[in-house]
Amino acid sequence: MSEKEIKSLEEIFEKRIANDEKIEPKDWMPEKYRQTHIRQISQHAHSEIVGMLPEANWITRAPSLRRKVALLAKIQDEGGHGLYLYSAAETLGISRDEMYEQLHSGAAKYSSIFNYPAITWADMGAVGWLVDGAAIINQVALMGTSYGPYSRAMIRICKEESFHQRQGYEILLTLCNGTPEQKAMAQDALNRWWWPSLMMFGPKDAESPNTEQSVKWKLKRKTNDELRQQFIDQTVPQANILGLTIPDPALKWNEARKHYDFGEIDWNEFWQVVKGHGPCNKQRLDARRTAWEKGTWVRDAAMAYAEKQEMKLEKAV
Amino acid sequence: MKNWPLWEVFIRSKNGLEHRHCGSLHASDATMALENARDVYTRRMEGVSIWVVESKYITASNPELNGEMFEPAKDKAYRHPTFYELPDELKHM
Amino acid sequence: MNESLIQYIFGIADNALILGQRLGELCGHGPTLETDIAGTNIALDLLGQTRSYYQYVAQLQGGVATEDTVAFLRLERDYKNVLLVEQPNTDFAYVMARQFLFDQFHLLLLEKLQFSQDETLAAIAKKSIKEVSYHVRFSSDWVRRLGDGTDESHERIQEAICHLWQFTEELFEMTQADSEMVVQGIGVDVSQLKKAYHQNVSEVLSEATLKTPVLEFFQKGGKTGRHSEHMGYILTDLQYMQRTFPNMTW
Repeated sequence: MSEKEIKSLEEIFEKRIANDEKIEPKDWMPEKYRQTHIRQISQHAHSEIVGMLPEANWITRAPSLRRKVALLAKIQDEGGHGLYLYSAAETLGISRDEMYEQLHSGAAKYSSIFNYPAITWADMGAVGWLVDGAAIINQVALMGTSYGPYSRAMIRICKEESFHQRQGYEILLTLCNGTPEQKAMAQDALNRWWWPSLMMFGPKDAESPNTEQSVKWKLKRKTNDELRQQFIDQTVPQANILGLTIPDPALKWNEARKHYDFGEIDWNEFWQVVKGHGPCNKQRLDARRTAWEKGTWVRDAAMAYAEKQEMKLEKAV
Repeated sequence: MKNWPLWEVFIRSKNGLEHRHCGSLHASDATMALENARDVYTRRMEGVSIWVVESKYITASNPELNGEMFEPAKDKAYRHPTFYELPDELKHM
Repeated sequence: MNESLIQYIFGIADNALILGQRLGELCGHGPTLETDIAGTNIALDLLGQTRSYYQYVAQLQGGVATEDTVAFLRLERDYKNVLLVEQPNTDFAYVMARQFLFDQFHLLLLEKLQFSQDETLAAIAKKSIKEVSYHVRFSSDWVRRLGDGTDESHERIQEAICHLWQFTEELFEMTQADSEMVVQGIGVDVSQLKKAYHQNVSEVLSEATLKTPVLEFFQKGGKTGRHSEHMGYILTDLQYMQRTFPNMTW
């Protein structure tokens, strides 16, 4: 194809997206669109499955049977969501194994929030309330994204996720209505998870170079700062209901802006964790690699069995 | 090592409705694909029947040929009931 | 309060709890995402069954008893699960072998328990049969895959079956509570299930090109509360919150 032809295809392509048409797997798409989507969708998938780990840490120790089954079901959902997303990425011509390879080698990123430790039961509440809350804001926006398989995965995920945040909030609500020890546990969890949750929306707009392209492709419907503000505005009243204090002395309602003002995020910490220096980066990646390596013989066995069965069938015919 | 192939999953949400494509997954054989589909895609009572087919057996039309494939149907309005002009007082038709 | 009935229920329900707990350890660490999700489904089924049984126990005990006091606040000796279900997740072969050897028994038990004179137990059994039938299918399929897969998988699953075999005889051991409940038409005579069990298990093993182990000496004790070294660690996790923060609502 000549450059001119590609240019005109690109124009048609951009126009289709601007008209809210969805792009489907076999449609022509600019190489950059394909690569950007593979990167974003696989990162999103990796975040789901790495995100299983901090919570899985509490399955065996959940304080009641009701909490135990709810937590298990929630973590299982995250596995399912990872699967939907890997499947969506696979429609772009990359295999799940290749994506795992990228995760295990450190070439692919996942959400940094999961590099923080879940050290008390209250963290199960805080993760559900704040981390899932922040994720939902991002994901709801992505339901209308331009790539069909990604958009469909997001719709399915959002439908299933609605119980996750409620599950987390209910855990905290119970703690806050409980003994002083329980309430302190809840406050401590909020203290530790608040700032990392705000970081989930990514760098400030001024420092987020991909935004313009992503907005055009509807990979981003709002900017990082807008989403972060939305999250803060909706979360502060929820904290008030719990009777918990958000660990930000600068947090204050701004009547003129009709938004909460908030303090400066520790961007140094953000970048350090992204670069691999968070409290659990190594632990999380090791757990993923180990699961995959220990599973090799199992996956091989299943394939070998399938091939033998097929041969038997052929012989029988 | 060979990777588990990809399968497409179709689910009938209740009797009377058709199977609809709902996603894909990996499995080493058809039995496992069905079991995995049950565990992954019907956790919330989404289905009463599942079909799985290995993705490589699906032949898809090429969107670049959409013009010749689908546009010729556009100007065949006589296939639709509204094409025919009949008096309003005519009933049961 | 019918202490024998309660003890009898523990003999069934504690298996579901402890195996559910063991499977819960694996969530997020499976050989593939699909297998991980499937394993969690089994854990959820088992924990759901556990809750139904324990809610019934709590009702029988009366007073402040709840499903959680029943689940979390007993001493090790008062848990009556078989040794088989507390065995560790050594590798995927052990996990599937343990599941298979238990599922095959579990289904036979429930098929009889659904006709119990005790309506609650009969109802729980009836509901659980559907779940456990699927478990049997799932674990049997995996035993076949591993047995007739690669040389390595064959060796691993054979080793796991051979090792875990020593815990199978206990499944058919009659406790005092078992005997009392059989007399009342409430309980199942598990000693009668042995023949069908061995037949069903051997059939799958032979399809899987695996040998059914022959053993003369078996390990027992779980049913009377004498557990393996593993049990203390399982309970340490299980009871951690309830023991550290007593008398709180979660």
